[in-house]
Amino acid sequence: MSDDGHWLTLLGHLNARSFPFVRAWDDPTVSELIGALAGALVVVGALALVALVTWKRWWRPLVRDWLTSLDHKKIGIMYVVLAGVMLSRALVEAVLMRTQQSLAVDAPGIVAPEHFAQLFSTHGTIMIFFMAMPFLTGLINYVVPLQIGARDVAFPLLNSISLMLTAGGAGLVMISLAVGEFSTGGWSGYPPYTGKAFQPGVGPDYWIWAITLSSLGTTFSGLNFAATIYKKRCPGMHLSRMPLFCWTALCTSILMIFAMPPLTLATALLALDRYLDFHFFTNDLGGNMMNYVNLFWLFGHPEVYILILPAFGVFSEVISAFSSKELYGYKSLAAATMVIGVLSFTVWLHHFFTMGQSADVNAAFGVATMTIAIPTGVKIYDWIWTMFRGEVRFTAPMLFALAFIVTFVLGGLTGIMLAIPPIDYVVHNTVFLVAHFHNMLIPGLLYGMIAGYMYWFPKAFGFRLSEVWGKVAFGCWVSGFYLAFMPLYVLGLSGMARRSQALFEPDYRPWLLVAVVGAFLLLAGLVSLFVQLWVSVRDRAANRVPVGDPWDARSLEWSVSAPPPEYNFATIPQVDRLDPFYWRKERGEAYRPADRYNAIAVPKNSWVGPLVGLAGAACAFGLVWHIGWLTLLGFVGVWIPVIARSFMRDVHRTIPASEIEATERRWLDRAHAARPVPRELETEPANLGLARPFPAQVPA
Amino acid sequence: MSGPANGPQLRHVGLNLLHSDEMEPEEAATGLYGFWIFLMSDAILFALLFAIYGTQLAATAGAQGPQDVLKLGPAFVETVILLTSSLTFGLAAIALKYDRGQFGLVLWLCVTLMLGIAFLGFEISDFRTMFADGATPDRSGFLSAFFALLPTHGLHVAAGCIWIMVMLAQIAVFGTDGRVKLNLLRLGLFWHFLDIIWIAIFSVVYLQGTLA
Amino acid sequence: MSETAPPHRRPVGPVPRRQAISRLAPYCAIVALLPIGGCSVLDHGILGAAGPVAEQTRSLFLLVCAIMILVAAPVLLLTPIFAWHYRLSNTESAYRPQWGFNWPLEGLIWIPPTLIVIVLAVILWRDTHALDPYKPLASPHAAVEVQAVALDWKWLFIYPNEGVASVNELAFPAERPIHLSLTSGTVMQSLFVPRLGGQIYAMAGMTTQLNLAANAPGRFRGENTQFNGAGFQNQKFSVLAQSNDDYARWLARARAGGRTLDPAAYAALTARSTQAEPILFGSVTPDLFRSILARNDPGMQTAHGHHPQ
Repeated sequence: MSDDGHWLTLLGHLNARSFPFVRAWDDPTVSELIGALAGALVVVGALALVALVTWKRWWRPLVRDWLTSLDHKKIGIMYVVLAGVMLSRALVEAVLMRTQQSLAVDAPGIVAPEHFAQLFSTHGTIMIFFMAMPFLTGLINYVVPLQIGARDVAFPLLNSISLMLTAGGAGLVMISLAVGEFSTGGWSGYPPYTGKAFQPGVGPDYWIWAITLSSLGTTFSGLNFAATIYKKRCPGMHLSRMPLFCWTALCTSILMIFAMPPLTLATALLALDRYLDFHFFTNDLGGNMMNYVNLFWLFGHPEVYILILPAFGVFSEVISAFSSKELYGYKSLAAATMVIGVLSFTVWLHHFFTMGQSADVNAAFGVATMTIAIPTGVKIYDWIWTMFRGEVRFTAPMLFALAFIVTFVLGGLTGIMLAIPPIDYVVHNTVFLVAHFHNMLIPGLLYGMIAGYMYWFPKAFGFRLSEVWGKVAFGCWVSGFYLAFMPLYVLGLSGMARRSQALFEPDYRPWLLVAVVGAFLLLAGLVSLFVQLWVSVRDRAANRVPVGDPWDARSLEWSVSAPPPEYNFATIPQVDRLDPFYWRKERGEAYRPADRYNAIAVPKNSWVGPLVGLAGAACAFGLVWHIGWLTLLGFVGVWIPVIARSFMRDVHRTIPASEIEATERRWLDRAHAARPVPRELETEPANLGLARPFPAQVPA
Repeated sequence: MSGPANGPQLRHVGLNLLHSDEMEPEEAATGLYGFWIFLMSDAILFALLFAIYGTQLAATAGAQGPQDVLKLGPAFVETVILLTSSLTFGLAAIALKYDRGQFGLVLWLCVTLMLGIAFLGFEISDFRTMFADGATPDRSGFLSAFFALLPTHGLHVAAGCIWIMVMLAQIAVFGTDGRVKLNLLRLGLFWHFLDIIWIAIFSVVYLQGTLA
Repeated sequence: MSETAPPHRRPVGPVPRRQAISRLAPYCAIVALLPIGGCSVLDHGILGAAGPVAEQTRSLFLLVCAIMILVAAPVLLLTPIFAWHYRLSNTESAYRPQWGFNWPLEGLIWIPPTLIVIVLAVILWRDTHALDPYKPLASPHAAVEVQAVALDWKWLFIYPNEGVASVNELAFPAERPIHLSLTSGTVMQSLFVPRLGGQIYAMAGMTTQLNLAANAPGRFRGENTQFNGAGFQNQKFSVLAQSNDDYARWLARARAGGRTLDPAAYAALTARSTQAEPILFGSVTPDLFRSILARNDPGMQTAHGHHPQ
């Protein structure tokens, strides 16, 4: 605790050299200039955003309609926006890393080792905690209450707090570009390397506190979703009648509740080591870094399923909708989901087979790992048989789902290989492993999130996304993936260690060149997504689906207008079987007015979430730079709004019955005036969101 | 909503929610359920802290071990204080349940608060003694684990004390309306949960450490 | 880099960085190079196995690949077939919107994967024990004992029986297996010789073990695969499986050099630096490995003085 004095100064450890611009001025190498450019982008981007919002006079609507909103739909959308921003940064970093490796065979390349290490650390950290998690949390937030016939999540305020804590963590990672540096210890942050003895700078501290904010937010999200799904289902919506996405959301929530504490604890103990000279994971005085590795993967493996299961849910919805068919093996799928959830806690050791355990231990965990392949394989076949005797349409989300099935199976195969300890010994820590987990997470998470985004976008905004650009994006994401990662399997089998800033084996070069082409294609995929959004917003008048059912889908979220009213359902629906909206349409009972409408109470906006997020980020920033007053201010700032809020009783706003009735009538009039479209025309402007029923059956 | 129409239904022992108008029983049940989930997550945190403590028992690195630093006497007093505070919180909950005016409720909450603060006082005095003996967390893996597990519990108790104070203020402002009742019920769960954790600490840390 | 990369076995080991002669040529030649480069690149890893452990692992790998084809084939076939056959525009195909379950099919979905996993589990259990890195290798000759110490960013190899040591060069007679005891003088690292077999972590205060052997004399690349800082990418070492005569000469050369690995020399090695050329030590302070181990032993020894009270 030799730096006690710094805590009491105004700026803690901050000084001129903390800024990449100063470092680049002193030492203008390409690597430092790239760092300064990235920092400048953050600063200029933030200033430009502020200027734009001010110039367009968007502050009031931004704050009133979005930041302080407790509506689960808006919070969901904000999560997805956050994910999109962070995805952009982390993907650019990936391209930079691939470029560096392709240039650095027996050559220095353009990125110095220190910067390269920060790149792979932020890339992993962002992709997992600030891209994947917000994306899936956003989708769950938006969709689950609508699917179970609820008006909101169980705890709307907590929902906003979760979002803002996650955003605070993401903000901290962004700030690290312009102030100081990030950890070089990878997304898993293994000590003792991340300990004070080996990384005395602020890098690991940024990592620790960004992760901590995010994991707190995620724990609360998991709690919130679990309570929502258990307690807020509409009458008749038994667990066994929930859409499969809700099952996967439930399983993911349970995993969040149980798997986030090990991470919180691991980072907290690492922080104690770094700040107060504790000896949990140090080399000396009785520290034991194996405890960290166990804690981290006790979180890390369930985390894999936290990420993948919601995507499984999306694919279940998408494949069923675009095959116009009931999901095959619904009960099988739900059971397989829960089995995966339980098994995911029994396999963490396979992340470190090479730590010297006995053969018995390794073999036991290897077998447990392979066991997960059974329910996962079952799911794959269930999706395939869902297409059987269906009417398959190759829309962009469906294409992502098909690409997922094929690609994910390949990743699963290499997963089986890695589960076998002797094979793991020869590919562990090589780019084979990197190829494997990208092969699981790009199809198994990102394709699912993109498919879900495209599938539910018309529901959320009332108009469809451009199909052409969706297919362009699909082409880039899929070909880019294969080009970028198949070479890594080869290189990994050839013994190329992961996280290498430079390479000394000329034979690697051609494969690295293919991989970098793939990385650029993936970047093109991201750009196509943005172009798609821009084109679709521009042409939105031609693609409106106000009636709300553009895909002739089956669950409750499609039974309301697009976008749905703030209160979701004018009357809480009654459900008597699986796929309630499909059967309502089948029986001709859809689009009927209610007998009477009641006033509905919705939560009022609240500043608590944004204040807590801001204060949390300030506290974290103070801790990173050892600024005592800011830490204290931030900590107190987190609790004051929460306590003050508990003294507020006027937290609901009532929407009068007349207003609800008027809104509903407007929508129903539109539905009755709209022309039902057959599936052949579902991507045409004729599709106003009213589906023409299929002829019941076509014989074989 | 499909709330129970006939007859008061006690969804949760200790809370007579149908007496309050502004909160649906479902809403209260959901609120309570969410807090149970939170406690579950918190319990995982403590379970892992215990696991770490177990693995670090031998890692004394030449500094004091459990036998040298742990004193059963003060720990026993702390145990009695905390168990008593659980009892007094239970009495507060009974006062709340039977709506016998606010006096009993406030009285027992105040007693609980005092006991909580007394517990913290004893614990801090323990730590001071240890620090004076040179048993600081930067000395060894064992002491690190000890000073992670116990202060985590202590911080929870401190948070509980602040929560009691907030609830006393809320009772003063709102009386016992639905949300105050719900929050008191959650606070009760929290307080008893900390008691259970302490019993585990007393058994695993103190009994095992001094008698083994 | 020539356009017709010959299928040579390049000498492995630390290659000094040199400027790329031409950066444009490789971009033009990607397609032409892939098959040629593709053949030789795999020789650097497990598929170019050069020792019994690696060979067994390679056989296991190929067996698992074959089984995996069985697993993947139905999915890779059925997905495009179903999607295409049941496409909307195919009016000939059947349509059963309310069909969602079938018991025999369910059996077909659950049982074969379970059987395959059982088969794989048996193989896994057998080979995890057969290829346990701690298991001594069968050989008529006694194993060479080597104590490996992971440092930033170099490897120290101590030969306790021969009383010599080396940095970034692991030599042993090809006809004898080698038994490594590993620890780390710094952060966790992982020792990996891709063509000889598996890898194992080296951790401060702890010992792990690894048994390797080579079929014939040869020169192989060894590396640390666990990221440990700015010099990580340079932390490669040469593995020299030698004839008995060459090994004897190597030992003699080490002794002739006259350098001594004592605590002071070890302290100099622990500086965070890369080491391009191997260093040989002719003598080693006895029990140096044990003292390195004790320095970071979790718990069993006394506190250092450098911690303030």
